[in-house]
Amino acid sequence: MEDEAIIQVRGLTAAYGDAVILKDISFEVKRGEVFVILGGSGCGKSTLLKHLIGLYPLASGEVLIGGENLATAESADRQRILRRFGVTYQSGALFGSMTLNENVTLPIEEFTELPATARKVISWMKLRLVGLEGFGGHLPAEISGGMQKRAAIARAMALDPAVLFLDEPSAGLDPVTSAELDALILSLREGLGMTFVIVTHELPSIYAVADRVIMLDKRTKGIIAEGHPRDLRDHSEDPFVRKFFRRESE
Amino acid sequence: MAQNTSVLEIVKESDGSHLRFSGRLDAEGVSEAWEPALSAADEAKRVSIDASGVEYCDGAGLALLWELQRRGGGEISGLKPEIATLLEPFAEAQPKEDERRAKDSTLEALGRVGADLARDIYEQISFLGQIAVISLKMMRRPRELRWVDVWNTYERAGVQALIVVGLISFLTGLILAFQAAPPLRQFGVDIFVVNLVSLAMVRELGPIMTAIILAGRSGSAFAAEIGTMKVNEEVNALSTMGLDPVRFLVAPRVLAGVLVTPVLTIYSDLLGVGGGIFVMFGRGYPFVTLWRQLIASVGIHDVMAGLIKAFVFGGLVAGIGCLRGLQTKSGASAVGVSTTRSVVTSIFFIVVVDAIFAVVYYAIGF
Repeated sequence: MEDEAIIQVRGLTAAYGDAVILKDISFEVKRGEVFVILGGSGCGKSTLLKHLIGLYPLASGEVLIGGENLATAESADRQRILRRFGVTYQSGALFGSMTLNENVTLPIEEFTELPATARKVISWMKLRLVGLEGFGGHLPAEISGGMQKRAAIARAMALDPAVLFLDEPSAGLDPVTSAELDALILSLREGLGMTFVIVTHELPSIYAVADRVIMLDKRTKGIIAEGHPRDLRDHSEDPFVRKFFRRESE
Repeated sequence: MAQNTSVLEIVKESDGSHLRFSGRLDAEGVSEAWEPALSAADEAKRVSIDASGVEYCDGAGLALLWELQRRGGGEISGLKPEIATLLEPFAEAQPKEDERRAKDSTLEALGRVGADLARDIYEQISFLGQIAVISLKMMRRPRELRWVDVWNTYERAGVQALIVVGLISFLTGLILAFQAAPPLRQFGVDIFVVNLVSLAMVRELGPIMTAIILAGRSGSAFAAEIGTMKVNEEVNALSTMGLDPVRFLVAPRVLAGVLVTPVLTIYSDLLGVGGGIFVMFGRGYPFVTLWRQLIASVGIHDVMAGLIKAFVFGGLVAGIGCLRGLQTKSGASAVGVSTTRSVVTSIFFIVVVDAIFAVVYYAIGF
């Protein structure tokens, strides 16, 4: 079960018009794995994430989530596939006119039959997990950027999806909150068997949570390294990869 | 007595209830089990919970188990260690009240509205002062004004509004003539429809309609544009670069508004009067007669009376749009609020200022 690939990416090419960002990349994410996409600024990490979740159409190749292709799925199947994963964006992307409680309970209200009391308890639990207990009545504009990011994670976890895509989850968080977030990721993986696909270049978080990483490169527009972060730091033959993991300048 | 859902079996005995969970404790299962389980927990003196049959438990399942414990359920027996780990952060916790400010009483709400209104008036006066100071500076050093922005705004607010202003003005003139002609015909003076339409358009409707269209099209666009810049902290970036947002963002827009509104008003006057003439021509009056009637009824002072108003309305609409943009708070909804406020405030002040003009013109015989 653990070795089963929940996400399969085959020959993915991502482009904005004529500008090719990523070319012919393939990889798999195993069920229950914490999989990290990393690379230097502007190498296409967030672009890859947005192609994985079907926000942008692929120039070529395919992405299978749970064996199904989101890009070619019909409306009902697409809804079903979308419910299998949650996403948090760099900016949080909370709905500004809704309180945090309303943001978290929105997907539960839309996709389940759970009564209001249950939704309230779930919202409280999710917000407590991300350290925002007591802020459920606040609007996103009334809390800090870091808090917004945590609230977005709570919203993405609302339906306990099989896969959680996190775009720069630790950026803007203090080290303690960041470490708590790492612990949360590991406990959710342990308890719920959740799979995580994380875009980040926060090295402490990568070492703390990643089972496997792929490293993208702007020059080759592809994957230049794949494996466990400590192995890549210590044994990679690519000097750029070693420098990246050792935080050394070029 | 036993009661079943797909994931819950409730056995009620004299000394309490026994809740036995099995299978997948997910949103679907919990939706069915939530009410019966909590009712059983509320009714019984003692509750025992057996979760040994639970294969999977998601957030909804955790919420149910936690709520049962909170309502006096005893220890949960047989729970898989990995699920128990997920419950641990909530073991001793009690939901805190959300820290949001309590709702105001009626008196407090009234006070808040009054204070907000006073602050708004203060900000408007202060903003007017800022624009006046900037205008004086620009007159002395016109090169400091961003003329490219003035031209771009002029084009967007003016040239691109020609179709809508033209159509609405023509139809207004046409409607006025259609409505006025039959009653005046009864007295044999329907030729005076030309006087009515032309004076109404030139002195009142031309400037006021142009200003309202400008408020809806351009004033709201200014508010949204500057509001979005405020939300994205672009306005802060301007300030910290030492660039005055009023000079940089407001002055070009206000100048463009002041310059474009009189031009649009003349265009509106022409089309509106044209609409009236068109109706009268259709009713059998020769064009020469209508033209002579028009020349006799509208003087240059009538046109000027309208244009002076248009000049003021243009500054008002552009200024209010920019002010509302700069007052934008954070969040996407704030931009919508600013846009709405810009249109409502502009229309309100257009009518108020028009009323003041009417009184002044009457008093000085203009």
